Amino acid sequence: MAKVIVVTSGKGGVGKTTTSASFSSGLAMRGNKTVVIDFDVGLRNLDLIMGCERRVVYDIINAINGDVSLNQALIKDKNCDNLYILPASQTRDKEALSLEGVGRILDELKESFDFIVCDSPAGIESGAFMAMYFADEALVVTNPEVSSVRDSDRILGILAAKSKRAVEGREPVKEHLLVTRYAPKRVNTGAMLSVVDIQEILRIPLLGVIPESESVLQASNSGTPVIHLEKSDVAEAYRDVVGRFMGEDLPMRFIDEKAGFFKRLMGGN
Amino acid sequence: MTNEESAFKIKTGNVSVLQLHLLTTDLALLQKELTIRLAQTPDFFASTPIVLELSGIAKAGTSLDFTALTAFMLRQGLCAAGVAGGSELQREDAVQSGLGLFSQARSASKTDAQQAQQLQLPEQFESPAFSAKVAERAYSLMPAAYKPTLVIDKPVRTGQRIYAEGASLVVLAIVNAGAELISDGDIHVYAPMRGKAIAGAKGNEAARIFVNSMEAELLSIAGCFKVFEEGIPENVRAKPVCIHLEGSRLVIEHLLY
Repeated sequence: MAKVIVVTSGKGGVGKTTTSASFSSGLAMRGNKTVVIDFDVGLRNLDLIMGCERRVVYDIINAINGDVSLNQALIKDKNCDNLYILPASQTRDKEALSLEGVGRILDELKESFDFIVCDSPAGIESGAFMAMYFADEALVVTNPEVSSVRDSDRILGILAAKSKRAVEGREPVKEHLLVTRYAPKRVNTGAMLSVVDIQEILRIPLLGVIPESESVLQASNSGTPVIHLEKSDVAEAYRDVVGRFMGEDLPMRFIDEKAGFFKRLMGGN
Repeated sequence: MTNEESAFKIKTGNVSVLQLHLLTTDLALLQKELTIRLAQTPDFFASTPIVLELSGIAKAGTSLDFTALTAFMLRQGLCAAGVAGGSELQREDAVQSGLGLFSQARSASKTDAQQAQQLQLPEQFESPAFSAKVAERAYSLMPAAYKPTLVIDKPVRTGQRIYAEGASLVVLAIVNAGAELISDGDIHVYAPMRGKAIAGAKGNEAARIFVNSMEAELLSIAGCFKVFEEGIPENVRAKPVCIHLEGSRLVIEHLLY
């Protein structure tokens, strides 16, 4: 049975699209047929991070409106055989999405894919709501600072109250916490919240911690999901995240200053 | 199918219903003030059934255009279910407009404006032309001793509001900053309490708040409230406490056991 996973956060700029790109790539690298959908209609970015911006001809709105078939709108990823991208429209706004239309597209995708990753826009307005409504599981991306944690708390509340699963009284959306841009050194000086602090507030299972790193920016600029980088803490952290998501029991890395500091010296990033 | 299933069942039910106490027969004035009031909480009413309580205009001598009023209310998300009280003429007009008749309820004696306003929720707008209040078991078909406590076992997160109407509220999971608990009775939180707790929301001064770990942003009992701008006092911070009202002062005490 295909799973719909929303990558969400409430706050902008915390790493949703970076996570969507690497997480969906990681799932595909393990042999799962995966599609990643950009729900940020009007501000599409996922195609840039995935390096397929020059191949976007049709988008999700075209597919919903029936202008083209879903297969025509899907773009095959350049790095992974099993990964497809459904880009957002750049010229429309979020009101162009309808629950009925999104539901129809997802049902169609469920027939041929194992995982459907929905990259949510920031905020709690219609675009974010569309991305989360049909979710079976949610990756809540949080930075170690209070405003990001509060926004994630808000999103968790909405997932618990307004998602399709909640509305229909089915088993609730499975929640995963993903802490990104984590800098253990700044946690130790008190400048950032620790993973423990964040969990104390949000109280959902921790799927992984992604360290703060320059390599994310480099990967974004070169149009390659960061998970593909060699010798990168961030890539390893994302591979761990995918492993844990698939049920593997992996120790949390990149939480301690020492390990992080050493790794950075050795790995050169 | 061998078993014959009947198409319906008739059962007695016990629901609490919102009452709109009409204090004027001036339809234009009512519409104007209702519009102002409802604009403050645009999503609050969605096909909410409501009983028009007419005791306040029973002696007015004139009646009211119920057809126009119910049509107006429906556009605002309020679905008039019937009328209670009122003069014979008014009740007759209501029936003509397709409204049901509720028998006079016990709480109908408490319909003077002052009492009704005192029972309003704190954030509700006070208006002279009408007052809204919840009649707890006023129109029940079966006598009920009390409303069951509302128990919440999932985290209450920022932006969420839980209202235990006419009942006490028990929360078994964390209440985060920016979340709101409102109860007409007591509030118990058996987890860290970081949001707002509003007990005795309809004026019950005997209501109490119990929290397992005192980290609240705001506490209120019967409209008397306390905020913690400077942080929670060291002696009670993150401790189990009980909060009650003494006069108009909130008292926070350690829970000793």
